[in-house]
Amino acid sequence: MIEFKLPSLGSDMDEGRLNDWRVHAGDTVARGQIVAEVETTKAAIEVECWHDGTVYELLVQPGTTVPVGTVLATLLEPGETAPPTPPDGTRARPAPPAQRTPPPTPPTARPAEAPTAPPARRRWVSPAARRTAEARGVDLDLVTGTGPGGAVTIADVDRTAESPPPKEPSVDRAAGIRQTIAAAMSRSNREIPHYYLTETIPLDTTLAWLEEHNRQRRITERVLLAVLQIRAVALAARRYPELNGFWIDGTHHSSSDVHVGVAVSLRQGGLIAPALHDVPDKPIEVLMAEFADLVSRARAGRLRSSEVSDPTLTVTNLGDRGVESVLGVIYPPQVALVGFGRTTTRSWPIGDELRAMPTVVATLAADHRASDGHRGGLFLADIHARLTHPESLWT
Amino acid sequence: MTTNNEEPTQTLLAILHSIAPEIEPQDIAPNEPLRDQVDLDSLDWLNFLIKIDKAFSIEISESAYPQLRTLNDIVRYLTPIIGEPEHTQEHSR
Repeated sequence: MIEFKLPSLGSDMDEGRLNDWRVHAGDTVARGQIVAEVETTKAAIEVECWHDGTVYELLVQPGTTVPVGTVLATLLEPGETAPPTPPDGTRARPAPPAQRTPPPTPPTARPAEAPTAPPARRRWVSPAARRTAEARGVDLDLVTGTGPGGAVTIADVDRTAESPPPKEPSVDRAAGIRQTIAAAMSRSNREIPHYYLTETIPLDTTLAWLEEHNRQRRITERVLLAVLQIRAVALAARRYPELNGFWIDGTHHSSSDVHVGVAVSLRQGGLIAPALHDVPDKPIEVLMAEFADLVSRARAGRLRSSEVSDPTLTVTNLGDRGVESVLGVIYPPQVALVGFGRTTTRSWPIGDELRAMPTVVATLAADHRASDGHRGGLFLADIHARLTHPESLWT
Repeated sequence: MTTNNEEPTQTLLAILHSIAPEIEPQDIAPNEPLRDQVDLDSLDWLNFLIKIDKAFSIEISESAYPQLRTLNDIVRYLTPIIGEPEHTQEHSR
């Protein structure tokens, strides 16, 4: 029997509200399949299952808020037979595994180095209150208990039934996003000894190459400079692993995979930095398509659990906002963030001459616990070299 | 803005609104660069052009990008491709 748990939703997200199951008991599921949708303060996250198997029992009901790590369902392994006692269909067990956090409590960032879920806060719902809730169609997770130890009474259920319906999660999302960013960035500034390096990169060759590439293609197949920058960073990160991965429990865990978190500003305010997976291994056209899809889903608030949980370093591009450079704040537990400013024409010496040169300033914010300025400088120089040799980014 | 331009302009504003829902279409100045008025990053801009490309069944070449800055620029670019309206052209080229 496999326990399917709510996976990590990023270091700044410690719980989620189950919106919907996408599978039923008895369904066969494949690795990577989306099996549920969970609402967090930042987005609705489609939760992928990382096992092949058959759904045995769904343990958590839609509408329930549960901490990361909660067992959501049990699965039978391929070939495994069901235990003799049949599960109670898709019905959850009578006692929900956790209660919804009262709305006024802001989400708190929990260090990702403590992946164990905190024990669920249990509270008592009297059988009479439960019956009343059922009769009046009240979601018990939305009821604030006023009895002893937060127990839910009939009066509580009545009050909830008569109060206006709770606001849609999306209405509160802007405030939730702000709180979540505040927690993650405070933690970053408190814990991570940042150092910063900057490098100005000439772009004449790259832009000419890009223009030539795009000239021959339909508008839907054209590539943006931002994607070349992301790829240059990813290839450099593979060569300098101390800038890639996570700082957990006082140690740097470098990652052999390079999943680039792409900082996406949201129209309602705030930002989210979901992962483009395996950037060094994908052709540039594939990356461009995935980049466009990721940004549009991030803005629509529809991301997958793997995208929010596993970026190994982040790239932020503030160039379109018209700034020259960005000195970023690392998204913990990552150890580096690379920023790009706008493309600016600067005078640039070539031999004895000065030329008007399109340039971009690349910056590195890095965790001094995991790397030093010397290696950080080599990393940034490597990005410079790759970005000025666009043919190296294509293969 | 002439009446001739009304239809493509409305379509363009609808496309812009689908990308940047916070805009008030009537506040968009037709002769000011769009990206000075609306918060559009490079991907938003590309998506805007892709949607125009699709809505008018045209093919926007990359060499045309620099001349497509304002709403009226785009209307001027579209007019000869999607056909002149029957009325006399009032605006200057």
